[in-house]
Amino acid sequence: MNGKSVAAVEADSIARAFGARRAVDGVSLRVHSGETLALFGPNGAGKTTLLRLLGGLIRPSGGRALVGGAKVPGGSPVRRQIGVISHRTLLYDALSPRENVEFFARLYGVASPRDAALRSLERMGIADRGDAPVRSLSRGMKQRVSIARATVHNPKVVLADEPFTGLDVSGARALSRLLGELRESGAALVLVTHNIEEGLSLATHAAIMHEGRLVRMGERASIVASEYADEYRDLVAAGE
Amino acid sequence: MKPTPLSIVAALAVVVTYVRAIFFTPTEAIQGPAQKIFYVHAPAAWVAFLAFGLVGLASVLYLWLRDDRLDRIAEASAEVGLIFTTVVLITGPLWGRPIWGTYWTWDARLTLTLFLWFIFVAYMVLRGAIEDRDMRARYCAVLGILGALLVPFIHLSVYLFRTLHPKPILLKPDTPSLPPEMLTTVLLAFGAFTLLYAALLRARYRFAVERDSAHRPDSHHA
Amino acid sequence: MPTNIATWSPPVNSVVGDALLVAKKDLTIEFRTRSAFLSVVVFALLGIVIFFFAWDSTAVSAADLAPGVLWVIFTFSGLLGLHRSFGVEHQEGAIDGLLASPISREAIFLGKAGANLVFVVAVQAIAIPAVSLFYNLPLGGIALPLAGIAFLAAIGLVAVGTLFSAMAANTRLSELLLPMLSLPFFVPIVIPAAQATAKLLSGRPVVDAVAWLKLLLAFDIVFVAACMLAYPFTLEE
Repeated sequence: MNGKSVAAVEADSIARAFGARRAVDGVSLRVHSGETLALFGPNGAGKTTLLRLLGGLIRPSGGRALVGGAKVPGGSPVRRQIGVISHRTLLYDALSPRENVEFFARLYGVASPRDAALRSLERMGIADRGDAPVRSLSRGMKQRVSIARATVHNPKVVLADEPFTGLDVSGARALSRLLGELRESGAALVLVTHNIEEGLSLATHAAIMHEGRLVRMGERASIVASEYADEYRDLVAAGE
Repeated sequence: MKPTPLSIVAALAVVVTYVRAIFFTPTEAIQGPAQKIFYVHAPAAWVAFLAFGLVGLASVLYLWLRDDRLDRIAEASAEVGLIFTTVVLITGPLWGRPIWGTYWTWDARLTLTLFLWFIFVAYMVLRGAIEDRDMRARYCAVLGILGALLVPFIHLSVYLFRTLHPKPILLKPDTPSLPPEMLTTVLLAFGAFTLLYAALLRARYRFAVERDSAHRPDSHHA
Repeated sequence: MPTNIATWSPPVNSVVGDALLVAKKDLTIEFRTRSAFLSVVVFALLGIVIFFFAWDSTAVSAADLAPGVLWVIFTFSGLLGLHRSFGVEHQEGAIDGLLASPISREAIFLGKAGANLVFVVAVQAIAIPAVSLFYNLPLGGIALPLAGIAFLAAIGLVAVGTLFSAMAANTRLSELLLPMLSLPFFVPIVIPAAQATAKLLSGRPVVDAVAWLKLLLAFDIVFVAACMLAYPFTLEE
């Protein structure tokens, strides 16, 4: 990672235990503005928990997480900078996409929430279905709305947990374009995905998580995609 | 479970007290032998409220300090308290029937004890409904605190109800002018029951400690 | 079209403003589907009708029966209505979206309680005239004080009920747990409300019911504060 002063999102020996189980066991990382960290790992490795820690949804049992230098979980100013894309849609089924996104736009204090919501939906190519209740949409369309919801406030830090779930080709393209735009405007991205090629194509840095710890963390430039996939498989197999 | 010194002392105290109560304390003139239930009823009520208070206190402290031991104390006190509260609610009518002719009177204390019972039961059901230990402790602590806040309001409601709805004067359960032998027995009973509560609390706490450590393997694996 | 993050300065969102947003969102969802509201209203009306048929009008006058009926129905229909309060947040995990956003936990609680309050008051607005109608009990003279009692009672019910429905939604046995937890707390609401209603119905001046109203108000103050403070502890952190 380059030596810029304040990282956009940072974890400092962060840990989280659930009873006896250590889901995240001392992870340290730094993602700077404009960087994208692709995080790979098998099920149960702790990736989702790590993302929840970085997003301030849960408290660490050890270590700490920082966004823009401020601790998370934190107050409103910190949370305004974070956008969370989950593999669950985090939507209200009875409301329309426009209502869902507008509600969150207002919560985040976005100026002209109605227009911002529309623009966000357009960005994900779902504006034409903006007024039907979310319940009536397919999984892929719901995911597009969910992404629009998570990014309507142009967050500086985007934490995406398998955001490509359910997306068709055009949806995936819209998402990649959106992530590119966000990155260009200075956002830092942490992207959890199972798809190594997809992840590597978007990333500036890549890491593998296994049993709560980061193994193998490095710059994208120094990775050869085909070898990486093999390395990943070996690493995971060795740990079992 | 091996008997601890405390539990032996408690058991002895209970035996001594009730031997004295039954055989060596004079029978009350008006109420007859049924009055002896009082020696169980009143101390049990005292313990019920003590247990409830401890649950409330442990709950507040838990939310502040987040120490698991406080949660176990609350759990133990709630379960033991429920037992004593049930005893109060059973001995009350047993005592009331021969003396006043009715099983149940809505007198302030008995009604309050009934609500204690409801809250204890709700507490135990809540405990049973949550698997995650941290959430269970937090939720029960919230209930413990709110339950403690509820008590004055129940008391006031019943008090206001009774002052505005005067009923025929009933014999008050514990007239202040008890002859010295009875007073001694009563005090002994209170002491014995408190010891019994402490012993049961400790045993139940130990049980909780053992149960929790059995669920806690010392490993990194999910 | 690149969007520049630096251009907008976010206005400060207040607790009340955020709470209103949440309340509005909940009410929009509620009245779009409408099924919960209709079910609760029908439940209340059926209850009132059942009590009517179980009533021996030669033994008990309408004025003596009505307070009990009214406040028992209030309690149970309130429970029914409260149950769905947090269900909508757990369906698709939307609560995570709320918790990640800048909104304060107290505002979430106030917003949800506010929506529940509107719901309960709306049901009361139908149930109370229904009692008047079915039991031939003109309420004209006491309508205003009765509305006051009903509102105070609704506040207490909603404060406790919203907190417990948040908790129950996270557990197994949630349908059973909500009444078990809530009903002991509803009693110090229902007793004053019923007693005050009885006083009003028997033609006593409002001043006689004042002691009960003070108790109700005290309950509301204590429990709105306590439940709002307790709510953050029910969230996983």
